[in-house]
Amino acid sequence: MAFLGDASVKTKLILTSILSKGVALLVAGVVITSFDLMALREKLVRRMSIQADIVGANCVSALLFSDPKSAETTLAALKADPRIRAAGLYAADRRLFATYLQDPSGETSLLEDSLGETGQGHRLGNDRLVLWRSILFDQKMIGAVVIVSDLSEVGATMTRDVLVFACVLLVSLLIALAISSRLQRSISQPILDLAGVARRVTLEKDYSVRASGGSRDEIGSLVVAFNEMLEEIRQQEAELRAARDRLEQRVAERTAQLQVANKELEAFSYSVSHDLRAPLRSIEGFSRALMEDCADGLSESGRDSLQRIVGSTVKMGQLIDGLLNLSRVTRTEVRGRSVDLSSLAGEIWAELKDSERDRPVECVIAAGAIAEGDPALLRAVLQNLLGNAWKFTRKCTPARIEFGFAEESGERTYFVKDNGAGFDMSYADKLFGAFQRLHGQNEFPGIGIGLATVQRIVSRHGGRVWAIGAPDQGASVYFTLGRGGANGG
Amino acid sequence: MVDKRIVLLVEDNPDDEALTLRALKKNNILNEVIVARDGAEALEYLLGTNGKSGKIRLEQLAVVLLDLKLPKVNGLEVLRRVRADPRTKLLPIVVLTSSKDEKDLVSANDSGANSYVQESVEFADFVRAAGYLDLYWLVSNAPPPVTR
Repeated sequence: MAFLGDASVKTKLILTSILSKGVALLVAGVVITSFDLMALREKLVRRMSIQADIVGANCVSALLFSDPKSAETTLAALKADPRIRAAGLYAADRRLFATYLQDPSGETSLLEDSLGETGQGHRLGNDRLVLWRSILFDQKMIGAVVIVSDLSEVGATMTRDVLVFACVLLVSLLIALAISSRLQRSISQPILDLAGVARRVTLEKDYSVRASGGSRDEIGSLVVAFNEMLEEIRQQEAELRAARDRLEQRVAERTAQLQVANKELEAFSYSVSHDLRAPLRSIEGFSRALMEDCADGLSESGRDSLQRIVGSTVKMGQLIDGLLNLSRVTRTEVRGRSVDLSSLAGEIWAELKDSERDRPVECVIAAGAIAEGDPALLRAVLQNLLGNAWKFTRKCTPARIEFGFAEESGERTYFVKDNGAGFDMSYADKLFGAFQRLHGQNEFPGIGIGLATVQRIVSRHGGRVWAIGAPDQGASVYFTLGRGGANGG
Repeated sequence: MVDKRIVLLVEDNPDDEALTLRALKKNNILNEVIVARDGAEALEYLLGTNGKSGKIRLEQLAVVLLDLKLPKVNGLEVLRRVRADPRTKLLPIVVLTSSKDEKDLVSANDSGANSYVQESVEFADFVRAAGYLDLYWLVSNAPPPVTR
């Protein structure tokens, strides 16, 4: 029933039921009617044979004595059977000896050529049966009887049969329609209900609804299986939700713990740096006091020792300042706005140049480096990078420092390049650690906090920083400022 | 000229106290210096307790040198309370800060400090600062302006 593909289950069920019943009834009807027809015909032939035999026996003497009158009287007895339309008695020479016609005015042609060649037999036509029998006397054929009977009775019987059958078919199909209409409701209604529940589950994501249907048939087990599936989904969904909630809770807890730990660490490093300053101030202050008040009473080496003590306290003060700066970078909020790095670099360059006016350093600053970020923090980045470049080109002539930017696969990279002391790439990973230095203090003074600060600032902007260099070939420090870092220009 | 007015130093660290006193002396500030060792003591000197007036007669006070990190009542709180009191509202106060963070704190909070001096590890800086104090607050005859 492919043509019914999109029809409703209801229609399919009703059609299936009616068609199967109709076909069965039709086949049964045709078979029964055919058998009926054959039986009727056989019965007629048998009856006519008996009539012919009786007529033949009664006409022997008439044939022997050539008495057609008595033969016709005998034949006239056939009137009793209304089916017999005509009868004829033939002599041994195939001459018509006597006749009977049901309708005397009717045509005698009914009997013409009706005698068969053989001794006995019959011929079934559309509307008549022609039957003939030889008449024997002393083993010798002395004549023959022919009976022509009407088949209309058979036809009428058949017509009646077909009509009855058609009525039965109609009535039983109507009953079938009524029954299957009722039956299909018990099949398609639960299916429709099930579909409704499935739709609700899909739309409302409510896995607690259940399909109803208490029957014990296949649809009932489908409903049960569907409900079991829903229960399974509901449980899994609940488990999933619980797992997600647990996870979120754990993330929140961990985040809170981390925040606390971070705060503690910041507070710790802040107060350590802070509290370290007080004794340092004392050492430095009293060393100077000693130097001022008692310099004359000290030997040369004593004064030298004091000088070294003061120098160390100054150095330690710088280290503490660096640490404080670093922790400040971590603590301060990053405020994003448009920052012109080119003009910032120009300002810092002017400051550097002012600090050592007699140093000939060539500086190239690319214009239009507009970035998105915190102005104060980005200034600190450029200060550290340009300051480093300034410091490490001290021994170079001519010294050259460049600030610029490049666009690479949609990401803007800023850089500060110099032709100074450079560094060995195998130490590149140490470059950005706090208090990591690649040069001796007497070579290039410093506390090793600048690039660590740069890295923190850059990472707080969501960017990356890296460096490329070689000993005595200069260094290039590159950084990005993450998404939103590049801003046209 | 010689100013007979008093300087109140609020400082809990004896080393810092000694160094501050030395710096003042080095810069020829020969005024009497009273030292308060914590915030509560400073408030007692300035505002008094239980309705009594402070131990110092305020008109004799030239300047208050106030450290921020103090036991009991911290420096910012001292500053706030002194500024809230009408008697000491216009008192010149110089805050001694030990770091840039504290400096930011003092300037950002509109705390009412007239000035601040960073107590540098390098003592020379502080001596310079003390000298500046001398010029600004003690030598000047005019009542100091209150920057708020």
